[in-house]
Amino acid sequence: MATNPMHQFIVHRIGPEIKLGNIDLSFTNSSLFMLISAISICAFLFLGTKEKKLIPGKLQLLSELFYNFIAKMISDTAGSKAKPYFPFIFSLFMFVLFCNMIGMLPYSFTVTSHIIVTLLLAIFIFIAVTVIGFMKHGFGYLKLFVPSGVPALLLPLITVIEIISYLSRPVSLSVRLFANMMAGHTMLKVFGGFVISLGLLGGWLPLGFSVALTGLEILVAFLQAYVFAILTCIYLNDALNLHH
Amino acid sequence: MELEAAKMIGAGLAAIALAGAGVGIGIIFGNYLSGAMRNPSAAQKQFPNLLLGFALAEATGLFGLVIALIILFAF
Repeated sequence: MATNPMHQFIVHRIGPEIKLGNIDLSFTNSSLFMLISAISICAFLFLGTKEKKLIPGKLQLLSELFYNFIAKMISDTAGSKAKPYFPFIFSLFMFVLFCNMIGMLPYSFTVTSHIIVTLLLAIFIFIAVTVIGFMKHGFGYLKLFVPSGVPALLLPLITVIEIISYLSRPVSLSVRLFANMMAGHTMLKVFGGFVISLGLLGGWLPLGFSVALTGLEILVAFLQAYVFAILTCIYLNDALNLHH
Repeated sequence: MELEAAKMIGAGLAAIALAGAGVGIGIIFGNYLSGAMRNPSAAQKQFPNLLLGFALAEATGLFGLVIALIILFAF
């Protein structure tokens, strides 16, 4: 029997136990890998923009690429009004991307494969977007739930559906990222287990699958960070440009 | 029926949701390809939308997988 594929998701404490009342604030492997990704983002962008050359080096090119990518995504999906929110969306994208990518390294821990992390990010986005919407439009923001051009008979039904879909945004946003990362890593582990259990003769086929799946997972890690950021932009667009 | 066996069956049933994700991803890529064959110059512009659709379709299937894992490990 191969080892449990869920074993990789266990959060354990590193160092001393820190307690604040009933809340456990100890430093865990999850916080360690969050710290690693935050530090690597800072180091990457700092080194990339240290020498601002006209003809960029590799690192500068890469950081400019990320900047342009996110700037273009925001202006395409949420318009020019969303420009002040660029730093937030950029840091969100980079954090999720680096957490996913660092999780792809063997023996590392994927922070985003825990629903509590992604749910916190999603609830933060949800509350921020709602507050922004009410600040920009006052109670007119509630018009988001009453689409125009709908027959009067259907309107009560549509409004209820719109409210439910609005309230389920944080859930779908967080579960999408969490499920993708967790399912991917479990799948890799299961195929890794097949390689061991089939031995030297039959293990080559799952090994090939494992390599292909690792490629797919790297694609998914990037895609999910992209989807997380672009959905934040779409929600922000709803709040900033109200024309439903 | 024993609880353990019922759990296994329930988890297996919940994983059927992934069939829908497979169909959805197939439709997305198939339609993208046929659209790109008709008008190759517009294909590059729609590539981000393709990836977005792929990720959204895949995620709906994975919700079912999460239900399966919740049945298996959380109860």
